[in-house]
Amino acid sequence: MSDQSDLDNDRAPGEDSGGVDIRGKMVTYIVGFLLAAVLSIASFAVVHSGVIYGPGIPVALIALAIAQMGVHLVFFLHVTSGPDNTNNVLALAFGVLIVGLVLIGSIWIMGHLDHNLMPASMPAM
Amino acid sequence: MFGKLNWHSIPWDQPIPLIAAAIVGSGILAVLVWTWRAGHVPYLWREWITSVDHKRIGIMYCGFALLMLMRGFVDAAMMRSQQAIAYGNPGYLPPEHYDQIFSAHGTIMIFFVAMPFVIGLMNFVVPLQLGVRDVAFPTLNNVSFWLTASGALLINLSLVIGEFAKTGWLAYPPLSELRFSPGVGVDYYLWALQISGVGTLLSGVNLVTTILKMRAPGMGYTRMPMFCWTSLASNLLIVAAFPILTATLAMLLLDRYLGFHFFTNELGGNQMMFVNLIWAWGHPEVYILILPAFGVFSEIVSTFSSKPLFGYRSMVVATMVICILSFMVWLHHFFTMGAGADVNGFFGVTTMIIAVPTGVKVFNWLFTMYGGKIRFHVPMLWAVAFMVTFVIGGMTGVLLAVPPADFVLHNSLFLVAHFHNVIIGGVLFGAFAGYNYWFPKAFGFRLDERWGRRAFWLWVGGFYLAFMPLYVLGLMGMTRRMAHYDVPGWQPWLIAAAFGALMIAGGIACQVIQLYVSIRNRKDLVDVSGDPWDGRSLEWITTSPPPPFNFAVLPNVTGEEAYWGIKSTARDNGELSERPKYEAFHMPRNSPTGVVTAFFTTALGFAAVWHIWWLFVLGFLGAWATFVIFAWRDENEIEISAAEAERLDAERRNAKARLLDIPADQPA
Repeated sequence: MSDQSDLDNDRAPGEDSGGVDIRGKMVTYIVGFLLAAVLSIASFAVVHSGVIYGPGIPVALIALAIAQMGVHLVFFLHVTSGPDNTNNVLALAFGVLIVGLVLIGSIWIMGHLDHNLMPASMPAM
Repeated sequence: MFGKLNWHSIPWDQPIPLIAAAIVGSGILAVLVWTWRAGHVPYLWREWITSVDHKRIGIMYCGFALLMLMRGFVDAAMMRSQQAIAYGNPGYLPPEHYDQIFSAHGTIMIFFVAMPFVIGLMNFVVPLQLGVRDVAFPTLNNVSFWLTASGALLINLSLVIGEFAKTGWLAYPPLSELRFSPGVGVDYYLWALQISGVGTLLSGVNLVTTILKMRAPGMGYTRMPMFCWTSLASNLLIVAAFPILTATLAMLLLDRYLGFHFFTNELGGNQMMFVNLIWAWGHPEVYILILPAFGVFSEIVSTFSSKPLFGYRSMVVATMVICILSFMVWLHHFFTMGAGADVNGFFGVTTMIIAVPTGVKVFNWLFTMYGGKIRFHVPMLWAVAFMVTFVIGGMTGVLLAVPPADFVLHNSLFLVAHFHNVIIGGVLFGAFAGYNYWFPKAFGFRLDERWGRRAFWLWVGGFYLAFMPLYVLGLMGMTRRMAHYDVPGWQPWLIAAAFGALMIAGGIACQVIQLYVSIRNRKDLVDVSGDPWDGRSLEWITTSPPPPFNFAVLPNVTGEEAYWGIKSTARDNGELSERPKYEAFHMPRNSPTGVVTAFFTTALGFAAVWHIWWLFVLGFLGAWATFVIFAWRDENEIEISAAEAERLDAERRNAKARLLDIPADQPA
């Protein structure tokens, strides 16, 4: 069934090239793994080491989390900007849209709920 | 050794579930023994249970859904009869049993009737309409089916071993937390849905990939039949929404099993978050169900009006708009929870906006019929009944989308009437229409028209009789899920609704008879041409039933309505298209992976419900080992030779020549 023509350009690191380049694949997976591990360790370090100005920690964590997602997308999910990658990019865009809708919607809704349902004895926000 | 499970887990003191289970159990046993004695087991194992053919899997999904429909209907009949008599007396169902019944009814009807039915239709039809030989991941498809069956088995086990949830079909905390529901009912609910949810997610991934990556040559996106478009939208929603359900239920599981406090009353838990998240899944879910039904009606209205679908592109746009908008309306399920006027206003408006693309669709169907030469076969009858019924249900939905009105009607029978109006009038009518429409393609003979019509009239009449009174009762102030009541004015309406349920029972009986009569008369109802309805899309170009590989040569698509184009060209030219060049190709081998995995996941779920931890570990390891063994297999395909493909295709071409009354191929 696979009538996919061989497109050798625009391949993501580790993407199946049809050939048996196991070493190349291993290298990219290991690089991805190392990057992901470094980013995870960095997140813990940011919280515990005190290198970063206290109120800046959440921002640093968000930046590290986004970098982490990028590493996963490129090295493990093989998303690129190549022309044969339209479906992947569209799927990513759809995913981001839905996650954004649910996340922002939930924060908005829960914020209003918490505000409206504050017990009467507590000071209003 | 057996965790919480002991002799008293079986409700010996409750005659109704025991007798029901005894009857069903002996029925199943009798069927099994008969199958064994008649020697059908090897055939069933080889050709169905382990089949990776998308058509077989689709048929199993639909058969499973029809079976579970009866199970869910029994619950419905019990509720309607209970409420018909329970004025000023407790009726015949004790409240704790009644609570289990309405919870099981909702859970079964949504997850194990509506979902498998639409997934079955998509599985069967989409590859045929796209002109390809199978779905993208055939073995995974089989695994999806058996995981769904595994979940259903767990829910039905709860009938005899233990109890089912008494929390309603969405198991809102804090009621569903351990403190208020210490029994195993909610655990059955959670594990059944987690296991079948994996199956649903996998089939969503499978169908999205199939539609995006595997289409016949020339089948561009704007040449896909409408059913493929709605299936694409629906499966995108599955992929996007089901992880939310899985995560939400997983958090409730952590609360119940490991003492977490996501949704508890105390220690920082927030039960409103559960309601928010479950509906962030729950609203897309209703579009997951209805979009494929819209696709079915698009195909049927166009075929039986003998016209191309009116406004194809506007239909595509409407479908995709609904796909996105469905993620922007979920708060309308909990207007009354207290988010305030701003939030309620926003979600009320988005809810009303979603009626616009739906309205576009209704007008497109009407204009497709306008000026067409309409043939009122059974599928078309369902389509017309759908349009009338669904518009009523849609309008009561828009009414409920007005937050102040919702404050009055929330949790009343008006709401119950509304969602049955759209789910029965939309999804179920769509499923029945598709069942009657594609049955000849699946089995090579049509369904009996006369019994089909009887089923249709009883179902539609019964539906109106059963649910219109509920609108009235809702306006009179009757809330949902009441085991008994003491308002005399309600009883006449509830008795009328019970008679409606009785009519629907008659409709179901007619459907059973229809199937029996059709099988008995299959010689007279046979479909030799593969195109019994003068169809327009590619599923009708192949034989009925299609060969395992669907198409000996993938059809070449040159425009919208691929098959209609090929058929018209052949008719105009007075001869079939040139005989194609046949080549050998490969088809996937059948695999027991799915059924073996499901065996282990059922054990895993059952063990988790009863805290039998050694069995839980065993089930998990077994399911994992099955996957590993599958991944390591060497031979996974069989070859179909060019000669075999040519031989089978010659029969098909001769049948088409007879259908179009043009000369057949000369023997080569």
